Amino acid sequence: MNMSAKQKEFLQKEKRNKIFVHLMQVLIVVIFLISWEVLANKKVLNPFIFSSPSRIVLTIKKLFLEGSLINHILTTLYEIVLAFFIGIASGFLIAILLYEVKTLAKILDPFLTMLNSLPKVALGPIIIIWFGANTKAIIVMALLINLIVSIVNIYNGFLGTDDIKIKLLQSFGASKWQILRYLVIPGSKRTIVTSLKLNISMTLIGVIMGEFLVSKKGIGYLIIYGTQVFNLNVVMAGIVILIILSFLLYEFVSLLEKKLLKDC
Amino acid sequence: MNDILKIVNLEKSYYTKDGEIKAIKDITLDVKKGEIVTIVGTSGCGKSSLLGILANIDKQTSGTYVFYKDDVTIGYMLQNDALFPWLTIYENAILGLKIAKKDSKENKDYVLRLLKNYNLEDFINKYPNELSGGMKQRVALIRTLALKPDILLLDEPFSALDYQSRLAVSKDVFDIIKKENITTILVSHDIAEAVSLSNRVVVLAKRPCFIKNIYDINLPYDDPIVNRKSQEFSILYDKIWKDLDEYVS
Ligand SMILES: Nc1ncnc2c1ncn2[C@@H]1O[C@H](COP(=O)(O)OP(=O)(O)O)[C@@H](O)[C@H]1O
Ligand SMILES: [Mg+2]
Repeated sequence: MNMSAKQKEFLQKEKRNKIFVHLMQVLIVVIFLISWEVLANKKVLNPFIFSSPSRIVLTIKKLFLEGSLINHILTTLYEIVLAFFIGIASGFLIAILLYEVKTLAKILDPFLTMLNSLPKVALGPIIIIWFGANTKAIIVMALLINLIVSIVNIYNGFLGTDDIKIKLLQSFGASKWQILRYLVIPGSKRTIVTSLKLNISMTLIGVIMGEFLVSKKGIGYLIIYGTQVFNLNVVMAGIVILIILSFLLYEFVSLLEKKLLKDC
Repeated sequence: MNDILKIVNLEKSYYTKDGEIKAIKDITLDVKKGEIVTIVGTSGCGKSSLLGILANIDKQTSGTYVFYKDDVTIGYMLQNDALFPWLTIYENAILGLKIAKKDSKENKDYVLRLLKNYNLEDFINKYPNELSGGMKQRVALIRTLALKPDILLLDEPFSALDYQSRLAVSKDVFDIIKKENITTILVSHDIAEAVSLSNRVVVLAKRPCFIKNIYDINLPYDDPIVNRKSQEFSILYDKIWKDLDEYVS
């Protein structure tokens, strides 16, 4: 490849800048952790309330060795995966129904808006009464939060279908089903796939909220339990694990997105 | 030549919340087998409405039209190529066959032959975004021709192209239509295109549209681009320009 000196200089500058940004990010984390640790050890911050990085690491290790930690993580992960896929699948089907029956979409519009703006956590107690304090209630809680987002996203993707292409298929004598199958669904692939990221965040919120309410197991439970026995090390450990878990899930969905959109 | 299509007193109104929009007011027109008729008119005058009705996508408000053939097959092409970006060129080209459940081996071979004849053979496994505007337009036309239409309805098929490619592509398409000998109704708002490509030009008045004038075109050459330089072309161009001009403003 032939590159002019100026182009090379530009690329090098870009690269240096990128490295600098990454370095600063790492530095911020390191400074934050060290000051937290030092301030807690010097009792400037009360470690009983604020915990400290070393205490958190030790707590995670202890919980892990006791064997309960893996269980909590797997429970939460299971709930997330289940709610995520049920949310996407039913969101997809409901979006198709709304697209095909436009009058139904119009009728349901105010109810969907109402449900969407309602703080779903307010429904928590009722959900537990109706479904019991179990995994089912947690999944329902998560679906309440991620389903509307799925429906709205996928439905809007469908609505964005090029009118000219619809007319073209109609001129071939296409049925409604054929228009869906050959145009509307494949044409919305990008919108659907990019909405997966938002969906996984919503699912996480729903699952943790559900675990707070149901309080049996899972990372949400771990955090609530830590608060109840006033062991802030456990609370912080739960939060740290949650941060790592959500980061990994987000990365996983990003990877999935890249793979699915490769030929788009 | 005998007629293939007869349109009688066709009218079209749209009923909207803001009131009734009368798009077409009384159109009567015969189209002969094998001829190329171009409909010109200012934008919004009802040209697309007319083709939509003939393509059986929309219904007229009153009046009738008949095709003098049982089981007439209509080829419809709209503004821009409307290729599906997620399908290969071949998959795009046989889409109409697939939808109409006519994707027999014989018909698919016919599509391959068309793709080959029109220099697209090397691109059949490529995606639309790898092709030039003109090539995409040819694929779109082949997708329509695949169904062996008795009549082609082209709604400003070149409007998405820049002027240079537009000239070249319209010549390509014109050559294909001539070669395959297909009756064509072309909608355009480009007078030069209309005069150079067709056997007849129908000038529509501003909305609600009715037929203001019909011109028979007899240009001296076979090549639409060369014809643009002829005396006859200039005369017709000026006449149609005046027809349309009265109604602008
Ligand atoms: N589906 C529709 N609903 C309401 N009005 C329409 C609809 N389609 C077209 N029209 C109106 O009918 C008139 C003719 O439109 P159209 O046939 O698209 O014109 P052209 O193709 O000549 O530009 C325009 O005023 C347009 O706004
Ligand atoms: Mg139009």
